[in-house]
Amino acid sequence: MQLTDLTALELGRKIKEKEVSVREVVQASLDRIAQTDGGINGFVTVDAEGALARADEVQKGIESGQYTGALAGVPVAVKDNICTEGLKTTCSSKILYNFVPTYSAEAILNLRKAGAVILGKTNMDEFAMGSTTETSAFGPTKNPWNSEHVPGGSSGGSCAAVAACEAPYALGSDTGGSIRQPASFCGVTGLKPTYGTVSRYGLVAYGSSLDQIGPIAKDVSDCAAVLETIASYDKKDSTSLDRRETDFTSALVDDVKGLRVGIPSDYLGEGLDDEVRAAVMKVADVLREKGAVVEEFDLSLVEYAIPAYYVIASAEASSNLARFDGVKYGYRAKDYEGLHNMYKKSRSEGFGEEVKRRIMLGSFVLSSGYYDAYYLKALRTKALIKQSFDRAFEKYDVILAPASPTTAPKLGSSLSDPLKMYLGDIYTISVNLAGLPGVSVPVCTDHAGLPIGVQLIGDCFKEKNIIRAGYAYEQARGRWAAPELVTCEKSNGAKACVRSNVHEIHEAVPDDVLMVASAAKEVG
Amino acid sequence: MANIISDETIEYVGILAKLELSDEEKEQAKHDIGRMLDYVDKLNELDTSGVEPLSHVFPVNNVFREDVVTNGNEREKILANAPEKKDGAFKVPKTVE
Repeated sequence: MQLTDLTALELGRKIKEKEVSVREVVQASLDRIAQTDGGINGFVTVDAEGALARADEVQKGIESGQYTGALAGVPVAVKDNICTEGLKTTCSSKILYNFVPTYSAEAILNLRKAGAVILGKTNMDEFAMGSTTETSAFGPTKNPWNSEHVPGGSSGGSCAAVAACEAPYALGSDTGGSIRQPASFCGVTGLKPTYGTVSRYGLVAYGSSLDQIGPIAKDVSDCAAVLETIASYDKKDSTSLDRRETDFTSALVDDVKGLRVGIPSDYLGEGLDDEVRAAVMKVADVLREKGAVVEEFDLSLVEYAIPAYYVIASAEASSNLARFDGVKYGYRAKDYEGLHNMYKKSRSEGFGEEVKRRIMLGSFVLSSGYYDAYYLKALRTKALIKQSFDRAFEKYDVILAPASPTTAPKLGSSLSDPLKMYLGDIYTISVNLAGLPGVSVPVCTDHAGLPIGVQLIGDCFKEKNIIRAGYAYEQARGRWAAPELVTCEKSNGAKACVRSNVHEIHEAVPDDVLMVASAAKEVG
Repeated sequence: MANIISDETIEYVGILAKLELSDEEKEQAKHDIGRMLDYVDKLNELDTSGVEPLSHVFPVNNVFREDVVTNGNEREKILANAPEKKDGAFKVPKTVE
């Protein structure tokens, strides 16, 4: 097994036991990125020089006893809406194309204290608005399992980078499913913590009452270890929670005896792909066999989550994105007349279509005359949705659900109909509205070889329940195999394609297909 | 479409949003907002009378602190990001005559 195939915790152990140096691990990731990211476009910025210098620094710190944690020396990819001091942070937007933060997000500081090495910044939907990573100003990210498909979004770059073994783990952000949905599409594990668990300081705000930073990794154990590292109470984020029990790795036990698991029957109806439904049932069977009590129940209000979300998130976005005006950082229009025209032109030229769409909708629902009818109505709906989850968690420890109604759609098939794209968020969005933790765990692949993930949702502060259930399921599933990437290089007019060290020559591969991936099967 | 957005409304929202839209973009925005509102109108099926709007899931209070500067002077680093700067300040178009 290559270094890049290992999980973050496995790499951490090897580094600790001096089987490998930090530099070797970081170099292996950088080589992998150089080899495969041209076809995936998971990264906006790769900081090879900074990562190698930091690797040597961390190596010394490990030897001197400064870094003793399980993730010391392990490289990480960071979504490009999380500020990294001295390293460009663009939100995949033209308006922040050259922005270099003067400070790091609290989650980044926590990772650095644990000896992390940042490889670079990952691609995303512009300002995290989208479900496909196609709204990025720097081009779409491709799904490593099949380059004709999207990786999901908005943390598509982070999920694709982990799936393609370019980074052992990554940070993403989740406002309406932006960690869990792309994790499902890319066959990786992604966890959104309880709102307030990870400081939002340094996360470029989209919908502040919904945004959370969370880990994306190869398995539940890595997610638990990363969350344990990044969770902290932070005075700089007024919604940060002073949580007592953040020893999430203590929940990594293969025991779900007596765990009460509910499956919302209103999640299993119309619109859900049969293969995804089967995957949910597969997980239910495994948990049941291990002693959990699994049953279906009515969650209710499911169809109201998406309209409420788009009103609230757009309203908050219209306010949060007011700061981008071409004065202090980022893009400024070239030709303008006076201050207000400069603001308007800089914003109109700097923001992409989806971002402008949401700013317009948000400005409308907050405007006088419409505020009560739309914004307050959505907040009242949010209260009802929270109540329906509260009732569910009186009966269940964990809610088992799909992460997305389908597997990854084809590139170019989603943006033409925004409303249809929004409907794909039906199983993830209500979790944000209610502030709950949720994790997406890979289960199997569909008939086309695309991964299917299943979501485990817990009550507020009950990450340990979903970590335990996810871990127990994983033990039955076995190690999840990475996709077989096929990289093609042009030589002498023919394309030589290399698949997992087996040389194959493919004829007539179109020039624009740099990389195709074949389906890999789960390893039992 | 049940919700028809007028030209005046789009003009007004454009001012609030500080966005300058082309005629084509305005038509698109009228269509998009109208279609979204049709969908959002679904919320009217719910009786929310007597339900308090929920801004934050947990009761949050303002976090107060003494007004003491804790960070250092980072003027040069911050100005390095400015599209235009002059004499240690952000440069903007003339705002008062």
